[in-house]
Amino acid sequence: MTVEASTQAAPPRPAAPARHRPVFVIALFLALAAVPLAVTLGLPAHWLTLVTRAMIFAIAALSLDLILGVGGLVSFGHAAFIGIGAYATGIMITEGQTEALIILPVLLAACAVFAAVTGAVSLRTRGVAFIMITLAFGQMAYFLAQALSAYGGDDGLTLYEQSTLAGFEPFANRTTFFYVVLAVLAFCHVLVRALVASRFGRVLRAARENATRVTMTGFDVGRVRLVAYVISGMIAGLSGFLLANQTEFVSPAFISWQRSGELIFMVVLGGVGSLHGAILGALAFLIAEDVLSGLTEHWKVIFGPMIVLFVLFTRGGLVGLLGRLTGRRDG
Amino acid sequence: MTTGLLIVQILNGLQLGILLFLVAAGLTLVFGVMDFINLAHGVQYMLGAYLAVTFIGLTGSFLLGLALALAAALLIGLALEFLIFRHLYERDHLDQVLATFGLILLLNQAVKMVWGAAPLSVAVPELLSGNVRLLDGILYPTYRFVLIGAGLAVAALLWFIVEKTRTGMLLRAGASNAPMVSALGVDIRKLFMIVFAFGTMLAGFAGVMAAPILSVEPGMGDNILILAFVVIVVGGIGSIRGAFVGALIVGLVDTLGRSFMNDLLRLFMSAPSARATGAALSSMLIYLVMATVLFVRPEGLLPAKGRS
Amino acid sequence: MAEPVLALIGINKAFGALKVTDCVSLAVQPGELHALIGPNGAGKTTLVHQISGVLRPDAGQIMFKGRDITELASEKRAQAGLARTFQITSTIPSLSVLENVALGVQARAAHPLALLRNAAEDAALNEPAWAAIAAVGLTERAHVLAGRLSHGEKRALEIAMALTLEPSVILLDEPLAGVGREEGERLIALLNSLKGRYAMLLVEHDMEAVFALADTVSVLVYGRVIASGDPASVRADPAVREAYLGEEG
Repeated sequence: MTVEASTQAAPPRPAAPARHRPVFVIALFLALAAVPLAVTLGLPAHWLTLVTRAMIFAIAALSLDLILGVGGLVSFGHAAFIGIGAYATGIMITEGQTEALIILPVLLAACAVFAAVTGAVSLRTRGVAFIMITLAFGQMAYFLAQALSAYGGDDGLTLYEQSTLAGFEPFANRTTFFYVVLAVLAFCHVLVRALVASRFGRVLRAARENATRVTMTGFDVGRVRLVAYVISGMIAGLSGFLLANQTEFVSPAFISWQRSGELIFMVVLGGVGSLHGAILGALAFLIAEDVLSGLTEHWKVIFGPMIVLFVLFTRGGLVGLLGRLTGRRDG
Repeated sequence: MTTGLLIVQILNGLQLGILLFLVAAGLTLVFGVMDFINLAHGVQYMLGAYLAVTFIGLTGSFLLGLALALAAALLIGLALEFLIFRHLYERDHLDQVLATFGLILLLNQAVKMVWGAAPLSVAVPELLSGNVRLLDGILYPTYRFVLIGAGLAVAALLWFIVEKTRTGMLLRAGASNAPMVSALGVDIRKLFMIVFAFGTMLAGFAGVMAAPILSVEPGMGDNILILAFVVIVVGGIGSIRGAFVGALIVGLVDTLGRSFMNDLLRLFMSAPSARATGAALSSMLIYLVMATVLFVRPEGLLPAKGRS
Repeated sequence: MAEPVLALIGINKAFGALKVTDCVSLAVQPGELHALIGPNGAGKTTLVHQISGVLRPDAGQIMFKGRDITELASEKRAQAGLARTFQITSTIPSLSVLENVALGVQARAAHPLALLRNAAEDAALNEPAWAAIAAVGLTERAHVLAGRLSHGEKRALEIAMALTLEPSVILLDEPLAGVGREEGERLIALLNSLKGRYAMLLVEHDMEAVFALADTVSVLVYGRVIASGDPASVRADPAVREAYLGEEG
């Protein structure tokens, strides 16, 4: 560096503000880990399946938060990646390949290619055009799935086997499945958190607020966003793999644009950009859906207005609410 | 593939394009002038169709039913504007997307509760129920001709309003520079109401006109909304002319792709694989067109002037 | 005279019929503070935009360290050592001062986009950032979010961000605009302390500051350079007095 301290002695460096310990995050994961125990103690048994499903969507919501919350890119086609992950799994299992060590690399590569191609086109625009284009690409994936007549077409594809992992069957037992999903969720959370705190993440965060400045500083903002988009798509694909194994069924409905909208709602419900907010949002969403649909088949008549009211009258999502309750600025 | 079939499919493509234009015009205006992304716009189209079912059934007259359905669609639209949309104009796009998404869930379900989940239909008005003879042995329904004609008339009216009237001048100015319009001392709130009411009427009109030829069912607005997005992106956001050109391109490409892709692929491959590939390719075709346009011209084919 | 570090050769730019840059040639020597003055609408910012790559000139050449950069993208120019500050302050509001500056260091680091290592605790980024922060006198404010700084502090932060690019030339677009008197004096002292170490092209309205700081002054009127030289001779130039200084009263 050629910058030297100026001739007068510089004042001492102030200490960095103390970092919050991630109390909420640890509490959240401990609470999740206790769910199977709670089921043996009397929580209704279907909660084990429900929370597993919620954690699978939490992985997808977390990946969406990386581009939507951290990168400021409102993608309305994120369900496509869940769908690609689920269909890649379903098709390979149908063709007799159940080994996850083979399925996963293929699936991640498929998601990466789809993300790279659609991302390269959509990232040429911003704002509302970006929302519309990601929505349109999501819809393209939906119709493509419908057209796969060899793999169920419109009706979807039933899987008669689950994946194996290095010969073992981690998905055969519901409790084991639960902990596998929890581990994957924890891994993805740590991974995304590390990405956000890295040099790469700093550029992504900075570009959300002032892309011109970041470009003038010497970064290729478009490339950074594209990389984030690809990583995000791959993580969502992983959740598709888990979802296919849980439901043992794959259908175009996995890719519907309503699903993409629900993912956005999960992220906003939890608190945009906080990462663990997306997890919280996904849990709250799926549990609310489960409870409401138990009350009436017309649960969307209740749920729709809840979304509207939530948008109109709250700010900062559940994480912001928790922060206000405990008097802290962030979680 | 025969010439006759080709003509019929071109007309079908035109007719889809016209419907898309009616929906996309309102959407692109509302977006261009108000910077408001309204996902619930497709629901207005669906409501138009359902209201047509009810009012044409009640009155027994297509014209009277059309008028009542339009009035009712307008009332519902204004109520939504007053209760919800008005509070979203200042919010960021994420909030707008989410709130209008919630509205879609509500209204799709409400429609199911009121009219039932099964598809409904409206009879083609008797006067227009005949066919027009195009060539030897090729007939095309009169009603569809009327629909194309009505759509073109609305497009011409829209062109006149936007290009030749004072309100239109404000709309064009608003689409390229909204702060300037408010600096001119125009009551923005009133302008927004007019734009919104207008867009709602257009979508409702499209819904009513589509009711006799499509099945009226919950969720019918969602598909057309997404097609309208493609139209707007291809044509250029905020531009009426762009919406018109984009709608015709999307309507024709989609219709012709679906009917001729199989035949085209049969030239290269066996019948079953041509059918499978054709189905996949033709459903993706408009998105490929969109991607191509974006790659060459990220701002769309005919962007509103002043919007970069 | 030494080889200029930045040279504009016959730059032209027109918006429609309006010529905003009319055959402008300028040379900035290493270590020199070169001021560009001119009345409103003279085309100063347009010229800065062309130098930094926001706009492309219609004709002419921009030479930077002996290399033709006329067609180079903005970020490539920044990487090559051509830094700029903006007329309207431009920082990342939700990042701290230290992080804003470290972002600049990062752009020139060996792995500017490393994916997993924590950036906030990265000494390879933070040490040079601390040095640049000290150079502009913001050490005590290092952990404050940029959005909470005063106007003058934001200007200083921008200059610190520019310093991290190890620039050969810094383009300063009206750094004193909208800054109060006291903070203005501090900024002038800061620019004075950087003189000699960095070549600077200063676009500024504050005449007092310009004539106190500059080694060379060029005067732009209606897109043309009507005079260029040391402050005293430019001040005495009759064309300048008529076209520009006369207006000042």
